[in-house]
Amino acid sequence: MAEHGINKARRRFLVGATSVMGAVGMAGVAVPFVAAWRPSARARAAGASVQADISKLRPGQRMTVEWRGRPVWIIRRTPEMIARTQAVSPTALADPDSRQPQQPEYAQGGLRSRRPDIGVLIGLCTHFGCSPLYRPEPGAAEARGGDWPGGFYCPCHSSRFDLAGRVYTNMPAPTNLEVPPYRFLSEAIIEVGEDGEPG
Amino acid sequence: MGAPKREEKQSWLEARFPARRLWRDHLANYHVPRNLNIWYLFGSLALLMLVNQVLTGIWLTMSYDPSAEGAFASIEYIMRDVEWGWLIRYLHTTGASALFIVMYLHMFRGLLYGSYKAPRELVWLFGMALYLALMAEAFMGYLLPWGQMSYWGAQVITSLFSAIPGIGPGLAEWVRGDYLVSGVTLNRFFALHVIALPLVILMLVVLHIMALHEVGSNNPEGIEIRQHVDAEGRPLDGIPFHPYYTLKDLVGVAVFLFVFCGVVFYFPEGGGFFIEAPNYAPADPFTTPEHIAPVWYFTPFYAILRAVNFSLFGLEARFLGVVFMAGAIAALFVLPWLDRSPARSMRYKGWVSKVMLGVFVLSFMALGVLGILPSTPLRTHLAQLFTATYFAYFLLMPFYTRWEKARPVPQRIASP
Repeated sequence: MAEHGINKARRRFLVGATSVMGAVGMAGVAVPFVAAWRPSARARAAGASVQADISKLRPGQRMTVEWRGRPVWIIRRTPEMIARTQAVSPTALADPDSRQPQQPEYAQGGLRSRRPDIGVLIGLCTHFGCSPLYRPEPGAAEARGGDWPGGFYCPCHSSRFDLAGRVYTNMPAPTNLEVPPYRFLSEAIIEVGEDGEPG
Repeated sequence: MGAPKREEKQSWLEARFPARRLWRDHLANYHVPRNLNIWYLFGSLALLMLVNQVLTGIWLTMSYDPSAEGAFASIEYIMRDVEWGWLIRYLHTTGASALFIVMYLHMFRGLLYGSYKAPRELVWLFGMALYLALMAEAFMGYLLPWGQMSYWGAQVITSLFSAIPGIGPGLAEWVRGDYLVSGVTLNRFFALHVIALPLVILMLVVLHIMALHEVGSNNPEGIEIRQHVDAEGRPLDGIPFHPYYTLKDLVGVAVFLFVFCGVVFYFPEGGGFFIEAPNYAPADPFTTPEHIAPVWYFTPFYAILRAVNFSLFGLEARFLGVVFMAGAIAALFVLPWLDRSPARSMRYKGWVSKVMLGVFVLSFMALGVLGILPSTPLRTHLAQLFTATYFAYFLLMPFYTRWEKARPVPQRIASP
């Protein structure tokens, strides 16, 4: 019987088994090709922490350092800037107490920083990654006019953030600006990219 | 002596390669409706522009440096130092916009005369796949000059992936190969732009034309010419593609090239629409341009993306915008199954179809304009309105095409 007829069941099994093994092989071959698109060892090494000297940063000024190719802003807030930021009505902000996971634990709360006077933020809008403009002076023209307490304004889609990087309600940006991990190595040196214990 | 020798040579070739059969089946004996009008020029013009892109692209590759350090300077090198480099580059940049112009006209022709309807669904699907592949090709090509708009446009679009809940941020990192758009991204976009996507596009062109030649061209009347054939099976209302339409297409090519060359020589930047002004500054990850707008052919979809500033079904606005934008393109794919009208051509469809096509074209163009302009609250509301009418064209189509009364379609194409 088997010499004359075709054993369809066996043929089906062999075709099926070969196909499955072929598919497994294809998936295996795909792994290196897919993995080759991930950040390389060099890109990951370039993502190591950076140190910044803030001793020359004057009150009200902002400096930018590069960490993982992203701009990290360090601002020294004046007492007036802190007062204006704390005076922003919580109902005007999407996440006034920083409940969304956009910062390390030590940077939760209103000012979103380890020290009230030093703010550290990743300078990319949480909408689509543009770099917002620094408009710390009250009532800056393009930002919001009269009641603008100072903050950041994104030129791409008009998202607005206060001086702690908190986003206002009804903005294209869904969340507050991200706070990177950072620590103070001394009064004057900040290390961005490392949590550790505050120095 | 000469004649038999030649015959022998041809049969030698014929025995090994179906050159003559291909010529007959696809040109000399391929019958096309005799009433094709000016709207039918844009398919061959799109092919012409694709050839232009491939040819000028190969030449640009010879002088281009795909590294973050050298890319911008190598474009200036092509423009200033390479013999005729400026012409080759302007042919490439203008060609990209021209390709999208003729492609949009070509697609409008399909909507107007129902060229997507049975039995041409696959022609339409392959065409839409081509459109999608060309959008990816154009987007990746736009990063290569490494100007400010290149950089920030890529930053915005690759961030679309990060809007996907859960896997998003990792996916965006995987696409970029870095924590943000960098030289790594430039390198891989270059590889995709010059090798991977052109291969896909050429394959899709072959599939598009093979599927078309299997079922034959539609025509402005939407009459199926292959239902009335002579004794030898030739459609009575058809004429051979060659020489009739090859010559007609050549006239179209001549007129088109006049306009095209006019732009290349006198307005190569296309008023800031073909090459955007911020792209004359090198890419700078630390400074965002004051206003980011994609190239004009993407702006309708960009306007839809921006119009979604509300949450729905628990989906974040940012992700919902991406869903709407993808939906705007996906809707075009399923068009053949939305149109329930017995007639193909707008000439025999009812008034609702005509009005809705008008509304759709108006919405698409209005969204295109809104996508170029910086957003204001009023413009966002307008974009929301036109997004609604854009989708209404598709979502209501199964109902109005069935409800309205189409005029009977004649059996034969009437003599003029």
